[in-house]
Amino acid sequence: MKILVCISNVPDTTSKINFTENDTKFDTTGVQFVINPNDEFGLTRAMWFKEKQGATVHIATVGEAAVEPTMRKALAIGADEGIRVNAVPTDGFFVAAQLANIIKDGGYDLVIAGRESIDYNGGMVPGILATLLDMNFVNTCIGLDIEGDTATAVREIDGGKEKLRTSLPLVIGGQKGLVEESDLRIPNMRGIMMARKKALNVVEPVDALNATKDISFDKPAPKGTVKLVESVDELVDLLHKEAKVI
Amino acid sequence: MSVLVYTESENGKFKKNAFEVASYAKAVADQLGTSVTAVAFNAPDGNTLGNYGVGRVLHVSDDRLATFNAQAYAKTLAQACQNEEAQVIIVSSSTNSKFLAPMLAAKLKAGYVPNVVEAPESTSPFKVRRTAFSNKGFAHTEITTAIKIVGVSNNAFGQNENQVETSVESFAPELTDSDFGVQSMEVDKVAGKVTIADAEIVVSGGRGLKGPENWGMIEELADVLGAATACSKPVSDMGWRPHGEHVGQTGKPVAANLYIAIGISGAIQHLAGVSASKTKVVINNDAEAPFFKAADYGIVGDAFEVVPELVEKLKEFKAQNT
Ligand SMILES: Cc1cc2nc3c(=O)[nH]c(=O)nc-3n(C[C@H](O)[C@H](O)[C@H](O)COP(=O)(O)OP(=O)(O)OC[C@H]3O[C@@H](n4cnc5c(N)ncnc54)[C@H](O)[C@@H]3O)c2cc1C
Ligand SMILES: Nc1ncnc2c1ncn2[C@@H]1O[C@H](COP(=O)(O)O)[C@@H](O)[C@H]1O
Repeated sequence: MKILVCISNVPDTTSKINFTENDTKFDTTGVQFVINPNDEFGLTRAMWFKEKQGATVHIATVGEAAVEPTMRKALAIGADEGIRVNAVPTDGFFVAAQLANIIKDGGYDLVIAGRESIDYNGGMVPGILATLLDMNFVNTCIGLDIEGDTATAVREIDGGKEKLRTSLPLVIGGQKGLVEESDLRIPNMRGIMMARKKALNVVEPVDALNATKDISFDKPAPKGTVKLVESVDELVDLLHKEAKVI
Repeated sequence: MSVLVYTESENGKFKKNAFEVASYAKAVADQLGTSVTAVAFNAPDGNTLGNYGVGRVLHVSDDRLATFNAQAYAKTLAQACQNEEAQVIIVSSSTNSKFLAPMLAAKLKAGYVPNVVEAPESTSPFKVRRTAFSNKGFAHTEITTAIKIVGVSNNAFGQNENQVETSVESFAPELTDSDFGVQSMEVDKVAGKVTIADAEIVVSGGRGLKGPENWGMIEELADVLGAATACSKPVSDMGWRPHGEHVGQTGKPVAANLYIAIGISGAIQHLAGVSASKTKVVINNDAEAPFFKAADYGIVGDAFEVVPELVEKLKEFKAQNT
């Protein structure tokens, strides 16, 4: 089985978010970038397939050279090879088209992406990708087993879960649940050394549609100070009369 | 030319978010000087949508579509869009809508913007405001394609009553076996429980509750309020609560009218996922817990004393006010 894990390079979850150039750009000053958490769950599941069922695991990222440290981390966790599409990931359609271009001739049976990137929260790359490639697609995937060409997937639904049957080639939008938190791996020294020698191929982008454009950004209004109350009577009263939520 | 809206239903009844997206679609249609057409699957009483400004309902009744199938539903919506020559499609932020919208976007070569919190800022260029960076910011995003898909954030726009004359027609999509490449085997869902996505009120517990055996009072509080229950990440990681209840940046997003956080410290990753809620109440025995800085109301106290008292008080309140 040949697996491609799509890795999005995102600000660390603790990052403070600021904008520059008249609120038209995300300010990367002092921001640490990491593997998108949803992709880390997917990569870990891919490693499970590699170790338990035999699979080759490639990773792909659409981004400029600055994303390479994040890709090296994924290689250190155990992916075999990386492909970087040398372009700024401007929009979900554009990114999906770049990944589709790699996948169509790559012979991949399974493409693991994440439910969403935690930066722009688009949640659209895997679904667009699957449709462009005419592959089966399962989103918010929290469980995946593969036997031959048949896949059994579990997806999260509002208020529960759904078991699905489908076949390869398949694209999933993964998230927590795909593996347990405790299965996540921190790269060790040996992994880091080996990752340096692994291939990280750079390909140039193809022309593709940009369907959306972020014009500017703003931040939520600063929060007023909290009203501390002494009793539940007071709280119920405020929720009813002031906040009008009960 | 109309604005198309995907109105979701469950067990033959429209979901609350169907009325919210219909209201949103009506606002867009008014801006564009056109009318709203809804696509409803297996929901016989399309007329109720007329209360929220829907002029026409395309009712899809097809045995193969009795259970949700993202690919087949997306194809149906794409065909409806082409028939209607719709330029704007409105969907909700439910898990199912977020599943099918990107597929629909790819089929129609349409730009899709999720998590939109307001009616479009302008329709030419078509610009909307949406949350980004896990609620730490907002983006003003332009959709540049001919067809535009807008995903409306939960509880952001509200329901606006707006009575119009409605006609219901049946709509038969053309589907082939290849549209059913993914098949539902089994749905596992607790009946009669409010889901986090649909809830107006969410009651959430953290590690401060000490163990799963203490969730009885959380459930009880949720019960009196008609609320959904949720939890912080470590709580689901330790198996105290199911993964589906985990909220935050890496869990489910919460955009409720009221979010009550009990024994939750308020880590940045937790706040990122819940801060879109309108009113936040924090109950924590540590006055220094960071969550108090992000809250509207707070009680510094022991959850094991405060929560049972709150349940009693709310029962009294409900008895008097309903
Ligand atoms: C990559 C990444 C992603 C993450 N994503 C998420 C996410 O999506 N969602 C999320 O929730 N977390 C997430 N986290 C974890 C987050 O950083 C915190 O560890 C977590 O939110 C803490 O959970 P908690 O508040 O329940 O526990 P704690 O931080 O342990 O807080 C417990 C609180 O309970 C209070 N308490 C104790 N006893 C009582 C009592 N008797 N009565 C009242 N209060 C009491 C304490 O004062 C304390 O404030 C993520 C972390 C990382 C690294
Ligand atoms: N620039 C990118 N390069 C590679 N994969 C990406 C990129 N952006 C998004 N993805 C993948 O698509 C998923 C959803 O991202 P998004 O649609 O941006 O929210 C991510 O979890 C990744 O798996």
